[in-house]
Amino acid sequence: MSDNSLRLVWIYPDLLSTYGDQGNALVVERRARQRGLDVHRVDVRSDQQIPTSGDIYLIGGGEDRPQRLAAERLRRDGGLERAVSNGAIVFSVCAGYQILGHEFINDLGEREQGLGLLDVVSTRGEGERCVGDVLGDIDERLGLPPLTGFENHQGITHLGPTARPFARTRIGKGNGTGDGTEGAYNDTVFGTYMHGPVLARNPLIADLLLKLALDVNALPPTDDRWYEALRAERIASATQPA
Amino acid sequence: MAGNTEPLSPRAKLAVTAGKAAAAVSRAAGRGSGSVIGGKVALKLDPDLLGRLAQHLDVVLVSATNGKTTTTRLIAEALRASGPVVSNALGANMPAGITSALAGGSDAKYGVIEVDEKYLAGVARDVTPKAIALLNLSRDQLDRAAETRMLAEKWREGLSGTKAVVIANADDPLIVWAASSSPSVVWVAAGQEWKDDAWSCPSCGGVMQRPGDDWFCGECGFRRPSPSWVLSGDHVLDPHGSAWPIHLQLPGRANKANAATSAAVAAVFGVPPQVALERMYEVQAVAGRYDIVQFQERELRLLLAKNPAGWLETFSLINPPPTPVVLAVNARGADGTDTSWLWDVDYTRLAGHPIFVLGDRKLDLAVRLEVANLDFRVCETLDEAVQLAPPGLIETIANYTAFQDLRRRVGN
Repeated sequence: MSDNSLRLVWIYPDLLSTYGDQGNALVVERRARQRGLDVHRVDVRSDQQIPTSGDIYLIGGGEDRPQRLAAERLRRDGGLERAVSNGAIVFSVCAGYQILGHEFINDLGEREQGLGLLDVVSTRGEGERCVGDVLGDIDERLGLPPLTGFENHQGITHLGPTARPFARTRIGKGNGTGDGTEGAYNDTVFGTYMHGPVLARNPLIADLLLKLALDVNALPPTDDRWYEALRAERIASATQPA
Repeated sequence: MAGNTEPLSPRAKLAVTAGKAAAAVSRAAGRGSGSVIGGKVALKLDPDLLGRLAQHLDVVLVSATNGKTTTTRLIAEALRASGPVVSNALGANMPAGITSALAGGSDAKYGVIEVDEKYLAGVARDVTPKAIALLNLSRDQLDRAAETRMLAEKWREGLSGTKAVVIANADDPLIVWAASSSPSVVWVAAGQEWKDDAWSCPSCGGVMQRPGDDWFCGECGFRRPSPSWVLSGDHVLDPHGSAWPIHLQLPGRANKANAATSAAVAAVFGVPPQVALERMYEVQAVAGRYDIVQFQERELRLLLAKNPAGWLETFSLINPPPTPVVLAVNARGADGTDTSWLWDVDYTRLAGHPIFVLGDRKLDLAVRLEVANLDFRVCETLDEAVQLAPPGLIETIANYTAFQDLRRRVGN
């Protein structure tokens, strides 16, 4: 983070941008600009090098084969691991979340090595896909209002000792482990199964990423009435039986 | 060929009659056109009925994520130059709806059939088509649809060795991948504005290079085939290099592309491009799409856009600012219940238009537009939006069930 500028890196939109994942980048960008920051957004295609000097990295969801290709190319690149050791903030969704763990099951049904940036291991569930609206409570240490999102995955993600559950679900499957956990995080790396996109449904998570990147405790307020209206509607809809 | 095969068996006739009866009951009960229920009843009585009905016809199948209903209509108009046509013109595009449509056309020479993407391989097996038109494949209904590349793979397997002439879009890598297992392909350079589902090579996973209108995989050599038909501005170039003007009442680049593909299909059946294109001019609206209706002293142009590729093509055909735009989005079963695709649509293209937002998921759209830094008004009803808009033409863009809601409200 240098003076008044924020370097936002969106990883591999050519492979991992199936579920409106650009929305997460757009929300971070917009909310940073609303706070007077000069945002440099870099969309890195999978045949390009990952820059190591970013402040916030976003990595999204995708289909099974692109997920394997993304993991292969990220492992070969090594830039994201270096960025994290430099203190960068990483926010990952679904397929991207699994890639940041130690391993996941790829499209060939084999164990694929991840980046090990989050202490999680993912497998594939045998039952039906988890599809639908989710409501949860974010880990209270993060001081955020309830989590709302849309899940669409078949993954099961187990947390190791150095990863904390990002949230506990009230409605929805989340990590799919049956213990009500959803997502995982450590000091600088976050993972979730939530689409929506999740930062459009939960703008204060975007603000959390900004605060961590800027190393500040508070940000100037923004006019969030449309986000608030959407959140209220989605939370009410998730809690009402169809 | 048409007209020289055996008549329907007694069992098939019974199935057709039972299907028509079920459809009549469904219509009488106010449950829609009855075509799907009629087809279901008929297929249950005679599972091979679809194939038997098609035996009497020269069949062309049309499939794609976007444009299949319109293209089916354009091809049907073109082929009428050469004989009677039966078609599922209302978009009932799964086996039951197709069966029902074919059962209603016993005198036809041609069957022009729109097929849902998931059913293409099966229907192609059942009806032995003479031609298959493949327009594009892109993301749609992510909460329940197969992966886009998997769909292309299924087409590729299902069409491998087909006797049909496949007329395919050379500008969509997924379509080229799907079609290139077929022995006989006519490539049409029909263009493709939406590119975000084809950055990854469908063959090897390598990163696609897309300089200008060309495309190729940097790793395995999979590349754009050389087209024999080309959409070039307002003209279509045929394989002999002759340029034929495209005059349509339907707006937009995408419909010119649909017309170019339809001309290539018509040529397979011996209808020359000039004749085919002249007949396509007659098409004014397709199942309400592109229709201009009077409503509360305004003119509303009704535009259907179901997925990011469709929205992108729609933005390129609307009148420039300050023409007001009404956007309506639902997320019911037929739409897909996941609204995240809204974030793949570049709404900044609407800058300068007064924007009015409607539908079950108007708040998702409101946040989307807020983040795009656009001015907009959220409305409860179409009436409210129309009253807030200045007089004149209003471009009304809606996704699937929202479009049906709007048609009902304006009495279309």
